Amino acid sequence: MDLTIDLGFLKLRNPVLAASGTFGYGLEFKPFVNLDKLGGIVVKGLYFNPRPGNPPPRLAESASGLINSIGLQGIGVRAFCEKILPQLQGLRTPIIVNVCGETDEEYAAVIDYLNKDGRIAGFELNISCPNVKKEGRCPALSPEHTFSLVKLAKESSRLPLIVKLSPNVTDIVSVARAAEEAGADAISLINTLLAMAVDIETRRPRLANTFGGLSGPAVKPIALRMVYQVASRVRIPVIGMGGIMTGRDALEFLIVGAKAVEVGTANFVDPGASVRIVREINEFCREKKIKKIEDIIGTLKIDEVQASR
Amino acid sequence: MLNDPAALIIRKKTWDGYFLLALRSPRVARRAKPGQFLMVRVSGQPYPLLRRPLSIHARDEEGVEIFFARSGLGTAILADKKTGETLDILGPLGKGFVIPATAKGKSFCLIGGGRGIAPLYFLARELRAKGGHPRVFYGGKTEADLPLIRKFAALKTEVFISTDDGSLGFPGLVTAMVEKELARSARPARIYACGPDPMMKKIAGIAAGLNIPAQLSLESIMGCGIGACWGCVRKVLRGGSAEWVKICEEGPVFASREIVWDL
Repeated sequence: MDLTIDLGFLKLRNPVLAASGTFGYGLEFKPFVNLDKLGGIVVKGLYFNPRPGNPPPRLAESASGLINSIGLQGIGVRAFCEKILPQLQGLRTPIIVNVCGETDEEYAAVIDYLNKDGRIAGFELNISCPNVKKEGRCPALSPEHTFSLVKLAKESSRLPLIVKLSPNVTDIVSVARAAEEAGADAISLINTLLAMAVDIETRRPRLANTFGGLSGPAVKPIALRMVYQVASRVRIPVIGMGGIMTGRDALEFLIVGAKAVEVGTANFVDPGASVRIVREINEFCREKKIKKIEDIIGTLKIDEVQASR
Repeated sequence: MLNDPAALIIRKKTWDGYFLLALRSPRVARRAKPGQFLMVRVSGQPYPLLRRPLSIHARDEEGVEIFFARSGLGTAILADKKTGETLDILGPLGKGFVIPATAKGKSFCLIGGGRGIAPLYFLARELRAKGGHPRVFYGGKTEADLPLIRKFAALKTEVFISTDDGSLGFPGLVTAMVEKELARSARPARIYACGPDPMMKKIAGIAAGLNIPAQLSLESIMGCGIGACWGCVRKVLRGGSAEWVKICEEGPVFASREIVWDL
């Protein structure tokens, strides 16, 4: 069974990556999974400096979902390079760094700092976190800001650049196209959906930040729709994510056109989820006598009448 | 820490709203220390999605016990589990209570509020085994919130009881009972406590006033229990400055003087 994926700029052992913000810096999962069995690891978002994050409560559970407002708490680039990367050395799995910035210049500074590090395979530009600015504002809400920021990041970057998009927009295709035109090597989506929860006893929001980002199985149908829309309208590879809990979920994303997937919230529920999903994809392909996983990508059968809708 | 996807429920006890499950899981049991916790998956389906953090109530060669109150959807599903079913558990997680190297002959003050009593049984047994003298202060809203009185008494420790409504023991908050008792008895070597935040804050004040080192076990909603989601933070002093620190990884037990209270 050939599960390898060629993104053009990066070859993956299989199409399953661990999603940023749900897999820590990778090390947290060493007791539970063989990290070498993953297609890739996207480590937790990094600003240039350490970042305190939002006050608690930061989590609220909803029906088949999780709302978080962590606020990208993190250790910054220097501690990451000095303390974390050495512990990830010797890993065969590519490490992709999720890049954050308070300003456009900070994104560039993070990329600049990490460019020199041979242990990193690429960047995922996080322009879509809903928890760091008021009312979920972020660059990915506007095609114009997406274009200018991706262009700047691309000029700074010596490594492949994946751009992670927000679902909190009316026209996802226009944002994806802006990223593509600005030179993005790939697109990943979706980040979380802006959401809230209320405690009826206290009549207060259940998150200290009022709003948070919804993830988990509850968002999968929306994610799938957006991945399909984007994958059919851009030429660069699309990495799909949103509520993937099983191999079958991942296969849905591949069928609508994603070249790879990221597994997020599932890691919290089942720390072995990412590797289990690789195994389940493998089993499905063997059952269906599919020799190469790439043969399943973008094979959605759709009537012309349906397609024109 | 490890994942045991099939910890067998070998014994179940039910009180009015409180439950105890004994789980067979030798590998988790072998590693467990007082104050550590498990992440328990309550459903194989996506709802409720998250595991529930539950402290380890007791431990023997074969397995561990959890003791909990039915307080929401997750614990309600857990409460319906029967002997012979299995549970998917992760553990033991977090850092437990720090027990002094020489506990022998020393007196310890253990304070539990409601379901917060859970980890203190494991701790009391461990202290007894090391020759220490735990004195247990066990408080609840009403008599029905105190199902473990006899279990603690069987350890041959002193057990002090309080209820907010006065239905049993000292009438009032457990912290008031502790204050009264500490004022008239010998100073304990250490205070250990677990319960709701306002109670923990009060105990931190009492401990600071009497200059007794205290170890407090904190509660939080948790996403993963293994330090990956950063969802369960509290403000804790680290190198002189206050930081959001993960309860699951660096706690759930903290030295009282490290915790910054802004309740």
